[in-house]
Amino acid sequence: MDIRLDGISHSYDTFEVMRDISLDISSGQIVCIVGPSGCGKSTLLRFIGGLERPQSGQVLQLGDPPEGCLNPLTYIFQDFALLPWRSVSGNVSLVLEDHGIKGSAARKIIEDVLARTKLSDFAKALPKQLSGGMKQRVAIARALAVNPAVMLMDEPLSALDSQTRELLMDDLIDLWTRQPFTAVYVTHNLAEAVRLGHRVVVLSRRPGRIREIVEIEKPLNQREFGDPDLDKAQKHLWQLMRDEARAADAELINV
Amino acid sequence: MSDVSLGKSVAFRGGGFAPKPHRWVGVLVFISLILFAEWGTRTGWISALTLPKPSDVLQTFQELYDSGLLFKHLAPSLSRLIVGAAIGASIGISVGILIGLFSYIRSGLVPLVAAIFPIPKIALLPLFVIWFGIGEGSKYALIAFGTFTPTVVATYGAVDNVDRTLIRMGQSFGLSWWSIVRKIVLPGAMPGILSGLRISLAIAIILLVAAEMLGAEYGIGAYILEAGSLYDLERLFAGVVILSLLGVLVSAVIGLVERRLLGWRT
Repeated sequence: MDIRLDGISHSYDTFEVMRDISLDISSGQIVCIVGPSGCGKSTLLRFIGGLERPQSGQVLQLGDPPEGCLNPLTYIFQDFALLPWRSVSGNVSLVLEDHGIKGSAARKIIEDVLARTKLSDFAKALPKQLSGGMKQRVAIARALAVNPAVMLMDEPLSALDSQTRELLMDDLIDLWTRQPFTAVYVTHNLAEAVRLGHRVVVLSRRPGRIREIVEIEKPLNQREFGDPDLDKAQKHLWQLMRDEARAADAELINV
Repeated sequence: MSDVSLGKSVAFRGGGFAPKPHRWVGVLVFISLILFAEWGTRTGWISALTLPKPSDVLQTFQELYDSGLLFKHLAPSLSRLIVGAAIGASIGISVGILIGLFSYIRSGLVPLVAAIFPIPKIALLPLFVIWFGIGEGSKYALIAFGTFTPTVVATYGAVDNVDRTLIRMGQSFGLSWWSIVRKIVLPGAMPGILSGLRISLAIAIILLVAAEMLGAEYGIGAYILEAGSLYDLERLFAGVVILSLLGVLVSAVIGLVERRLLGWRT
């Protein structure tokens, strides 16, 4: 299943957030969206998953979601959004219960996704007992449980320290290599974008428009920390963004 | 570096502002107050009309227990308290959740609740007698009405405080409205609801005495009122002590429920 953004524009009252964004997200690819703060990256992601409605333009699903897909467009949030009163396996089972998956069928899915995110030993733990990196892995496990067609990741690693971030990026690459998934990955961190993105979409500052789309050819599993090719790509992205970021930083906030 | 005498040690200025619980201190305060009253009444420094002797109150309590009257008074009071508070709290929680979730219900009912809240419910007792009769009905109604308003206010405040990102998460996974309310809103609001119940159940105990002012033969409230009108301070205090103990018991039960239901809190 592919996603097409068709001429999306949006403003809050008289405040224009984004203008005429058109983009194709093809299946099996990770598309990273980067841009200066306030350019509407997270808003764009909420449009894609239907949590908010753009003023003009539309988001299209091309083709049908694959079989066994419970929730085609599935988010991973920056602040994890785990229910603190449910255990790790309870948080995963939450998203299965509404689809009538209970008992042994649910247990099978939960065991599988917890094994894929290396959480099998923590099934009974409560979120308060987990580190930030483990919480986000629970959220990833929960997303995998509904077998999504497209994962919508809203700065998923931004609340974590830099070492945990590296480890989780490796985990994501492992997951993708074993079973390629489609993802839209919003981040302000260019290192994440060049590590995980097949394509990196650079947005301009407000009103957000697509400035450039950078393709990164190197296969995901060959990208490593401190890779010279990636450094070059990252430098290129930063050059595109630097002046915009500076101008965005100097703006008054009136949301 | 190694010569300690060269430097001046940095004065400690942190600490404090973090009260810790010390169980026995509370008990100590109770005991010393009672001992002080006992000493004052025995030496005659406090007159018998000002305060009864604590040991006499204890003796009255003992007599009450021995005669079997204690449970004759306690049983109807407890059933009034439980039935009345259960009705008031359950309607209060439901209305509070509706106010927390629906704009029209909120706009319509919040001013109404604000108007009802400050009415002294005791003043409405004659009205309740006309509506629900002189029997148990009016007593249930008074206690229920008194518990209802604080529960509503606490509940909708608690629903407002439920983390919106969790609700968005529920929507993004396609959970049904009812699932979101049951599995996200309700547990998320539970801490606020329980701390509201602490207040409303204390109010229920206060109203118990008021409810037994009219047409109650037995009951702690009736017992206290009778003692009061006879100026029998020992019996009055014995009754008051029972109400206090009831309050401590209710608060302990809520503490227990909190520890069981809210273990997930950090």
